[in-house]
Amino acid sequence: MSTTDLSRDGARSVRGTAMRVLFALCAFLSILTTVAIVLTLLLDAVDFFAAVSPIEFLTGTKWSPTNEPVAFGVLPLVSGTLIITFGSAAIALPIGLLTAIYLSEYASDRRRAFLKPALEVLASVPTVIYGYFALVYVTPALDTFLPLSTFNALSASIMVGIMIIPMVSSISEDAMSAVPDSLRQASYGLGATKFTVSTSVVVPAALSGIFSSFILALSRAIGETMIVAIAAGQTPRMVDLTDPAGLFLDSIQTMTAAMVQIGASDVVGQSTAYKGLFAVGLTLFAITFVMNLVSEWVASRYREVYR
Amino acid sequence: MSVETENGETDGESTFGTVSRTRDVAFRYVALAATLVGIVSLALLLANVAVDAVGWLDWQFLTSPPHPSPFEAGIFPALVGSIALMLLIALITFPLGVGAAIYLEEYASGGLLTRFIQINIANLAGVPSVVYGLLGLGLFVGLLNLGFGTLLVAGFTISLLILPIVIITSQEAIRAVPDSQRQASYGMGATKWQTIRNVVLPRAMPGILTGTILALGRAIGETAPLIMIGAPTTVFGVPNSLFSKISAMPMQIYTWAQYPETEFQYGVVAAAAVTLLVVFLAINSIAILIRNKYQQRTEQ
Repeated sequence: MSTTDLSRDGARSVRGTAMRVLFALCAFLSILTTVAIVLTLLLDAVDFFAAVSPIEFLTGTKWSPTNEPVAFGVLPLVSGTLIITFGSAAIALPIGLLTAIYLSEYASDRRRAFLKPALEVLASVPTVIYGYFALVYVTPALDTFLPLSTFNALSASIMVGIMIIPMVSSISEDAMSAVPDSLRQASYGLGATKFTVSTSVVVPAALSGIFSSFILALSRAIGETMIVAIAAGQTPRMVDLTDPAGLFLDSIQTMTAAMVQIGASDVVGQSTAYKGLFAVGLTLFAITFVMNLVSEWVASRYREVYR
Repeated sequence: MSVETENGETDGESTFGTVSRTRDVAFRYVALAATLVGIVSLALLLANVAVDAVGWLDWQFLTSPPHPSPFEAGIFPALVGSIALMLLIALITFPLGVGAAIYLEEYASGGLLTRFIQINIANLAGVPSVVYGLLGLGLFVGLLNLGFGTLLVAGFTISLLILPIVIITSQEAIRAVPDSQRQASYGMGATKWQTIRNVVLPRAMPGILTGTILALGRAIGETAPLIMIGAPTTVFGVPNSLFSKISAMPMQIYTWAQYPETEFQYGVVAAAAVTLLVVFLAINSIAILIRNKYQQRTEQ
């Protein structure tokens, strides 16, 4: 509200107060949601950690929640998630950054008006459809020249990568558009080409916004579920760094895919596998939550620079 | 940049480098290619699925229940389930989302609490959908005992998932209403609530509707939360109460995509994917129509 606020607030009328309280309740619902998420995850996760020690969970290298002998080591799932995150980042970060540079520095207004909504579509297509695409189109196409398994990390990574391109490009572009024109003009005045201006002036000046977009996109890749559940398979295994090709060519299992597998099976409400679901969920929530906070922190630091 | 290494680093002294026209033009095309690669890939995939769906997507498919034989399988219960679910989600998220947005934009003081709520909403928007599924499983199915995979549980769960998006877009719409209009209303002796109801909301409504409908478009494609709350893989009837177990199109696609038969993989699932995409596009077109109509009106 501005300083010339003329509003008579609802303090004098019953209805005004009632509306105020009602709206406030709606807003507080969001805090309740967060509390509910944390509590639901914690309650069952605590039960789980009574049966399986946290050390075993965090350092175990075998994940087998339902088949004997049961094992609840989360590391194979974390390594599966890392493979997908790394693979999709290798696609989305450079492409997204170049896209942002093109949109911010090169594209005409008319082109931008077409390209931006088209890019947004990439992020809004239902992920179950992306998963299906990866399984029935991308994998067979890549299989013609790569020794791929039916389920593999490569096609899932490519699909996740394409899905998160707009996340990188739109936030990075906002950051680049916020770079004052005077910096560009000064650089042109020194005889720099558009390439030099883009890569040596605009990108460094927008760096914190770009980093923020990278972190947000990675967080989205970590939490992506349906693409990896459909196309990347259900084989929890540790990363074997001595076999770089094998990382992507074979089936893996991410944290999210493991959750879907347990969620879709008929595990009993009180079994350790069911509780383990919440422990993995808590791990996933903690990772993405921290990444989102860091992304916001980086972005808000950036915002102050050119104000 | 990869381009930089391709053209060789002849300049050692200055970060500005030599003025290279070739490099400049090459970079322009590389950037354009990068911009197009995602769009073109998606277009190719959509073309593929559209071609595969031909011959499978027919009236029989749209009006039949699922069947073990791909030639008799249909999507009717899932289609009705998805639409029922979407209506329920709209009924829940619209008042709650707009209410929260009104509070944050019109009433809240901008103090520490408001900022906390704001950061919290931004964070909720980034929580993976599968985690919301766990919330639904633990809270609505476990604690409140509303039943595995019922319409009500699915509606509540996905509503919480898209609520942050509805709030954020509604806030933007409300913020875009010029302050002069509020002050004019107050000047006429209107109360805060009268001003919100008669001035702010009508003016912000197109933006709010656009944002809410776009969020519903996202809701209709959500799969992971449905799996987590125990939605059944196959449902043969349409939901007839809030406590019916429901199927939804994305859930049905996920189930069918696991069938190994070629007729399912390249026929039935393609038809289902196209059906979901058509509904998804229809929802988004409505949102865009509202936005365009609104933009034209403000230009006049």
